[in-house]
Amino acid sequence: MSAPSLSLTTVPAARGRWARRNAWTLGVYALMVTLLVVEKIVHPDLNGYDMQSLVGGALPLALAAMAQAAVVISGGIDLSIGAMMSLVNVTSALYMVHADLPGALLIAALLVVATALAGALTGAIITITRVPDIIVTLVTSFVWSGLALQVMPTPGGGAPQAFADLLTGDIGSVLPAGVIVLLLVSVLMWLPLRRTRLGLALYAVGSNRTAAYLSGIGVGRARGAAYILGGVFAALAGLALTASTLNGNATSGTAGAGYTLNSVAAIVVGGVSLTGGRGGMLGPIAAAVVLTQINTILTFVGVDANVGTVIQGALVVVVVMVAGLVLMRRRV
Amino acid sequence: MSATPRATGGRGLPRRVQRTLADYPALVLIAILIILIAGTNIASPGFVTPSQLSTTLLYAAPLGVLAAGQTLVLLTGGIDLSVAGTATAAAYLMAGLGGLGAGTAVALALLLGLVVGVVNGVGVGIFGVQPLIMTLGMAGVITGALALAALGFTNGVPTVPESVHQLGSGTVLGLVPVNLFIWAPLALALTIGLRRSGFGRMIYAVGDNPLACRLAGVRVWQVLLATYTLCGVLGASAGILLVGYTNAADQNLAIPYLLPSVAAAVIGGTSILGGSGGYAGTILGALILTVLDSLLNIMSVPQAIKQMLYGAIVLALASIYVRTSGDE
Repeated sequence: MSAPSLSLTTVPAARGRWARRNAWTLGVYALMVTLLVVEKIVHPDLNGYDMQSLVGGALPLALAAMAQAAVVISGGIDLSIGAMMSLVNVTSALYMVHADLPGALLIAALLVVATALAGALTGAIITITRVPDIIVTLVTSFVWSGLALQVMPTPGGGAPQAFADLLTGDIGSVLPAGVIVLLLVSVLMWLPLRRTRLGLALYAVGSNRTAAYLSGIGVGRARGAAYILGGVFAALAGLALTASTLNGNATSGTAGAGYTLNSVAAIVVGGVSLTGGRGGMLGPIAAAVVLTQINTILTFVGVDANVGTVIQGALVVVVVMVAGLVLMRRRV
Repeated sequence: MSATPRATGGRGLPRRVQRTLADYPALVLIAILIILIAGTNIASPGFVTPSQLSTTLLYAAPLGVLAAGQTLVLLTGGIDLSVAGTATAAAYLMAGLGGLGAGTAVALALLLGLVVGVVNGVGVGIFGVQPLIMTLGMAGVITGALALAALGFTNGVPTVPESVHQLGSGTVLGLVPVNLFIWAPLALALTIGLRRSGFGRMIYAVGDNPLACRLAGVRVWQVLLATYTLCGVLGASAGILLVGYTNAADQNLAIPYLLPSVAAAVIGGTSILGGSGGYAGTILGALILTVLDSLLNIMSVPQAIKQMLYGAIVLALASIYVRTSGDE
């Protein structure tokens, strides 16, 4: 009697598997490249300077999207990102106006720490009072906005050019500094974190809070860490605003459609699920660039800025609707 | 023989008080309101006079109407972050079209609120978009659209029709605010409607357990559509009342009222998670917030501190409700 032959399903080549798992992220990057082509068509004399201003303009949104992604992956949401950015923007502009580069960097570092603490506070409030994060972050967004207005009632302040060049200039007139910044932040902060216990805890808590709790994960600590991470990225986003505008404005984070709304759009386009537990940060970065590109293309074509705001708002809704439909069909 | 465990006399009274408060949360709110009014009277003697109190009611009416829509939406387990934008846009539209006669202008403004509400309702009810995202997106759309429309007003900032101005800021017999004639019937209709009508019950049911509702045959999308539409119309009404009071259309008219609209409902006992609460509590919440605002203004508290105090109070009250209602 011959033993029944076991037919193993052939294991797909590792590369194919990787491509399939990261399909969405790859798709967004492909979209980004496509839009670059479109931009070139619409604006034939596209040059290095335009690339630089594209990355510089997308940098605050990309960092805001990373902040929002950190929180949403862990199952929450942060409605105060725009307001935090405004606060960091005005505070840095206020103190950096007469500073030199080392001074500016010191101020930047202090602000990152302060915002991280603010994030910790937010996380603590959410965990201790058990009030839903929507309400808590809605409340804190008004608090930060009020503080920003207090710090700088009328736009003003400034920053040293060297600091601005650091974030929005270019390296060797080829590579925009913003790309370096994003690479550094992703490679040094996010990718290592993702593989640690904390990173896994974030995904677990976002995916199924009860199961995570029953598995012994400190849910409160994980969520708090998510908000701290969000705070750090939001601070970087606010500093990017200061670097690109060389100005402080209390409404810089919340004007028009606001960075909060756009960060949500960016993460949804970037493949992060709003219910938590899925997605990464590389997708939202590309998505932020895509959203900025759409804006730029609209401007090139001659569309009014306010129409741009309307389109941004409508885009968020449509994107979430489509993402929701895609998820529903995948589940069914 | 089993001894029935009984709380000792020393622990009985606080326990009874806590249970009474949990059963009648309105008592806590009324107590807070009285304390606040007393405090304001200390800070600015002469607050507890009929004319001052009537002014407070006048101030509170727009917030009360705005929070009414928000309450309905919160009861279904959602949230509407576009009410403030709707109110502002409706007010601006009405003022801009004042030339067509006050009645037509008001009707068109209410129509705008209806349209916004329908769009929100379609997004949330039919397409299943999270209310937070849908209304946040709509808020962005409204802001942009309003800025565009404002550019089209070539003869400066639009003016408010006189009858609307009277509606928003006038008083009858020098005592009863005219806008109370809008707010009071509305409050009555909402309170009774939520408790007694089938639609009201469905709102609570959908907020409590939408899946069970669907299985029971309720057309959840219709309930959501109707709720968000109502919220839009109420938001537009609030905007009209507000601009009637300020007598100046402004692109940021109702923005400061967004958080208070949620706060009033939350303070009044409506759960964020949906399924419990009511408008009566929201009315008290709106009154509390209005008196608190007056108190902080009298004490010349800077804007930032005011926002922080506001936030702290809202969070404190919300956390109390989360704990006493046993929600997770």
